[in-house]
Amino acid sequence: MPIPESDVKWVKTPTIGWVEQMYIPAIVEGLRTTVRHSIATLFGSGARTQEFPEVEPKLPANYRGVHRLNRDEKGRVKCVACYMCSTACPAHCIDIVAAPAPKEWQSDPVHGYPREKYPETFVIDELRCIYCGMCEQACPVDAIELTTLYDLTGLSREDMIFDKEKLLAVFDETTKPDAKYPNPIRTRSGKLGPASELPPDQGLTFSSTAQS
Amino acid sequence: MPTVYVTYTPKNNGKPPENLISAQAGKETLQLVPVEIGSDKLNCIQAAQRAGVFIPHYCWHPALTVVASCRMCLVEVGERKPDGSIAMTGKLVPGCQTPVKDGTVVVTNSQKVVHEQAQTLESLLLNHPLDCPVCDKAGECLLQDYTYEFGRATSRMIDLKNTPANKPDLGPNIALFTDRCIMCSRCVRFTREIAGTAELQIINRGNHSEIDIFPGEPLDNKLATNVVDLCPVGALCSKDFLYKHRVWNLKTQNSVCPDCSTGCSIHLDGNKNIVYRLRPRENPQAQGYFMCDEGRLGYHYINSKERFLRPLRRQDGKLTPFSYDEAIRTVRQMLKDAVAKDAFGVVVVLSPFLTCEEAFLLAKYAKSLSKAVQLALGPVPIVGEDDTYPKDRRGRPIQPVKFTIRAEKCPNRQGVERILRHYQGQLIAFDEVVRQAEAGKLQLLYLAASYPPRGDGWLTAEQAATLGKVGQVILHDLYPSRASEIAHVVIPGGAFAEKDGTFVNHAGLAQAIHWAITPTGECRTEGQVVLDLMQRPGLLHAATLRKELASEVKAFAALASGDLGEYGILLDSTK
Repeated sequence: MPIPESDVKWVKTPTIGWVEQMYIPAIVEGLRTTVRHSIATLFGSGARTQEFPEVEPKLPANYRGVHRLNRDEKGRVKCVACYMCSTACPAHCIDIVAAPAPKEWQSDPVHGYPREKYPETFVIDELRCIYCGMCEQACPVDAIELTTLYDLTGLSREDMIFDKEKLLAVFDETTKPDAKYPNPIRTRSGKLGPASELPPDQGLTFSSTAQS
Repeated sequence: MPTVYVTYTPKNNGKPPENLISAQAGKETLQLVPVEIGSDKLNCIQAAQRAGVFIPHYCWHPALTVVASCRMCLVEVGERKPDGSIAMTGKLVPGCQTPVKDGTVVVTNSQKVVHEQAQTLESLLLNHPLDCPVCDKAGECLLQDYTYEFGRATSRMIDLKNTPANKPDLGPNIALFTDRCIMCSRCVRFTREIAGTAELQIINRGNHSEIDIFPGEPLDNKLATNVVDLCPVGALCSKDFLYKHRVWNLKTQNSVCPDCSTGCSIHLDGNKNIVYRLRPRENPQAQGYFMCDEGRLGYHYINSKERFLRPLRRQDGKLTPFSYDEAIRTVRQMLKDAVAKDAFGVVVVLSPFLTCEEAFLLAKYAKSLSKAVQLALGPVPIVGEDDTYPKDRRGRPIQPVKFTIRAEKCPNRQGVERILRHYQGQLIAFDEVVRQAEAGKLQLLYLAASYPPRGDGWLTAEQAATLGKVGQVILHDLYPSRASEIAHVVIPGGAFAEKDGTFVNHAGLAQAIHWAITPTGECRTEGQVVLDLMQRPGLLHAATLRKELASEVKAFAALASGDLGEYGILLDSTK
């Protein structure tokens, strides 16, 4: 639904008085932080640097690194080739070629729905990507995700253009039981997203819906 | 003057019209836009449209009969009495089925109507699978658009949705995604009323209704794919376009279908220099609302990799590429030498696939070399007879005719002929050119062909053999063919989707075409090549050339403004 005019809230820029206009309080506040950190680093346990690459950094689980393409529970690529990610992508680095899903996928429903469309090719130019994470936000089936893989290197530009197999390999790598990298925190589940799911809390099992 | 009053809905940033009037209907004050309807017979939707107010609708289509089944266009109506008071009927009526008369008041934004619109949409969405991510219609789907504008954000449905099986083989070109259907029955009415072949029907009842065909009788007629455009949701999909591209990435240009002389107005949808589909564009002067499948699906040659990409010349019996600069210089020199030797032996053949601007430039250039140079019309492909619709179940045409697929399979014979008549006096047919070649009278043949690859090719083997005797043959063409086998210089042609210009259809309607993609590879369109030959600087600008054409050729005087508008201009109407 369009946003009604009554829901739009206009915020005014706050006016600043003569004390703030001198900027001295702000400078003092900033210096205080700097000095605090310097002292903590020199004398205390508050060291903020790590000895990379000897020491592996501990990244937060919502770090946005290399993409992966998830698999559904039958091991097939989960992506339905809807182009939402490539539409949302501000760097235009995703290129998809869609095709009707293979016949056996169409007759083998996931959660009661047949797979009708799948990506024939799915290519991400990792050099062009700006790692903003809009693609995973746009994905209606949670098929694309940014992992915590951060040390991405390649010997040529072609090496850095990731195709479907490579992106699925990233999934296999990052979901191994002894994976070095934590699973992305944004991962929701092993099922298709809301666009192809039944309404929640119905007490229905998926198998009971696969009627046709 | 009969006047209808439609309630005014304020739009964002829009100014209310000046003739807005306030009127009291019971306790409510209505803001009404008066519209004069003259003697036209309109329904509420059409009357509101004239007032600039949109009433959402699914099942109603101006070319089809009214069934009032979708219930999306429910409005309140009343009457404005001569004394200015308003009496409402107090009941919701379908706007598509309710004719308006002098004094009718159409209320489109009352609480009752707004509530009803949301209710209708919720009901239409009850069994809709909401698989928009994989649906081809997403982005141009009326169910999406109306739900966004008039509907509720959430569904209250708690039961299982109906999931009838898809019918991927409804027809050779059409797939039916049964669960997405909202039962507007536009497709059923189309096959009954316009195509006449009546392949489609609704089976089962109520909540379990489905569109279906009789077993073994697929939806296969020459107008069948129109049901895809008519379908307001993604239930009927064209297999040609299925999963090829998302519609929001397509860039649309207005153009004209080049596959027969009906000259259907079309939308050309392309992206990244690839044409993805052709859609009919409403044009009451040309064809109406629809187009045939031959034209709709016959565009693939544009994207083909086999097209000529560079100018070629014959060296040691083989065609070898050379640069455009050299090609232009060579052709210019060849023409100059030939004209100096014997101008009567130089023939320039204009195909009916050229735009008027290109034909005009080429004719003008040829005649500027020498008045004696002959201009001829290329072969006009005729296939069978005019095919009219509707047809009955046995395939016999029925009156009145609602759509005609013409036997003349080229877009611009009329236009090229008019130009030839102006510059040459009489019309020289292609057979006459072949006869002259047979008699050994010709020394240079300039074939501006650019025929799309259809059937056996545009030149018969005998014609090619005869024309092969001519000393020098210069050819503009899209594809290797019999003609390129005899040509000494081949310059790549442009397809209609790469050109700006004018096509004149069977009835003398001049319509503008616009380029949707740039010519493949190094190609230049014929018009551009002729401009280069004439040493006229700059790129081809259709509107400027159209003005020049109108001022020089009397038959095109009606195009003097250079702008043909959306629907085109009838050349003979101003005489």
